[in-house]
Amino acid sequence: MSDLSTTTTRAAVAIPTLSAKAVLPWLLFAGLLMLVAMYFISAEQGAISLLSGTGVHEWVHDGRHLLGFPCH
Amino acid sequence: MSAREFLTRGLLAGLLAGIVAFGVAYVAGEPPVNAAIALEETAGGAGHSHDAGTPGHTHDEAEVPRSLQSTLGLLTGTVVAGVTLGGLVGVLSALAMGRFGSVSPRATTTAVAAAGFIVLYVLPFLAYPPNPPAVGSSETIGVRTAAYFTLLAVSVLAAVVAVLVGRHLRTRLDGWHATLVGAATYLVLAGGAVALFPRFNEVPAHYPATVLYDFRLASFATQLALWAVLGLVLAELVHRLATRTATLDADRVAV
Ligand SMILES: [Zn+2]
Repeated sequence: MSDLSTTTTRAAVAIPTLSAKAVLPWLLFAGLLMLVAMYFISAEQGAISLLSGTGVHEWVHDGRHLLGFPCH
Repeated sequence: MSAREFLTRGLLAGLLAGIVAFGVAYVAGEPPVNAAIALEETAGGAGHSHDAGTPGHTHDEAEVPRSLQSTLGLLTGTVVAGVTLGGLVGVLSALAMGRFGSVSPRATTTAVAAAGFIVLYVLPFLAYPPNPPAVGSSETIGVRTAAYFTLLAVSVLAAVVAVLVGRHLRTRLDGWHATLVGAATYLVLAGGAVALFPRFNEVPAHYPATVLYDFRLASFATQLALWAVLGLVLAELVHRLATRTATLDADRVAV
């Protein structure tokens, strides 16, 4: 009984490692998602405009300033 | 345990982080933003061409009223940043797990989030501190944005180099000293870039220092809240995931 609990405790502290090969596609996905989303928050209709108008810029305006991006 | 499980936990922790960051930004950030806009209106655009160069950008004749910009608009910004940065921190934690010696899953995750805060916010802040509305010339927005994102990219590259150097040295030094050399590598590379990159001082003459200071402090607090909540909540979720996985493995072994 004490042997079992010792094994469980030790196993719980052991640090699991994932293979880089398995993580890489997810890293790419999360990275691209972040870049596209952050583009609209940080720069769209500011220095660069993919969409016409100023609606996006105005909607995220305060967030853009307070998250620290150049706005004007 | 899979990278997908880290990603979903990162997105969830990021959502919470984005909501908390909104609270901080709203309470600490909106007063200086409103003060800055009031100053801009009394100045009538003289001395800075914030509205002159960008038609339709006037804050009073906006498509989106200020009441929405400061609430739902601000929430959109912090939540989108929180969720997507959270996803990335989640996957990076999955990659970092177990690759830096006997550091616990919780500590690994917290360290990844702390590094994210420094690399993605604090470092660019040193060269390009955030500015409230009406500070900054519309003629230089292009070059300032380019400089900001280039420095951000250099900071990320410096961090990647620093991690590779630190990991490589683990074979020759102990973990503590390998980490110190890695951190020093980042400081030299990224700090060197900060020193070399161009500066833009476009704060109008006689601009109230308190408004500028309060705004920058609020921006710092917003990002600190975002990364702290993200790191700590994700650390808890990852800890549970790792414990559950380890218990399942142990059960399997025991059976
Ligand atoms: Zn603005």
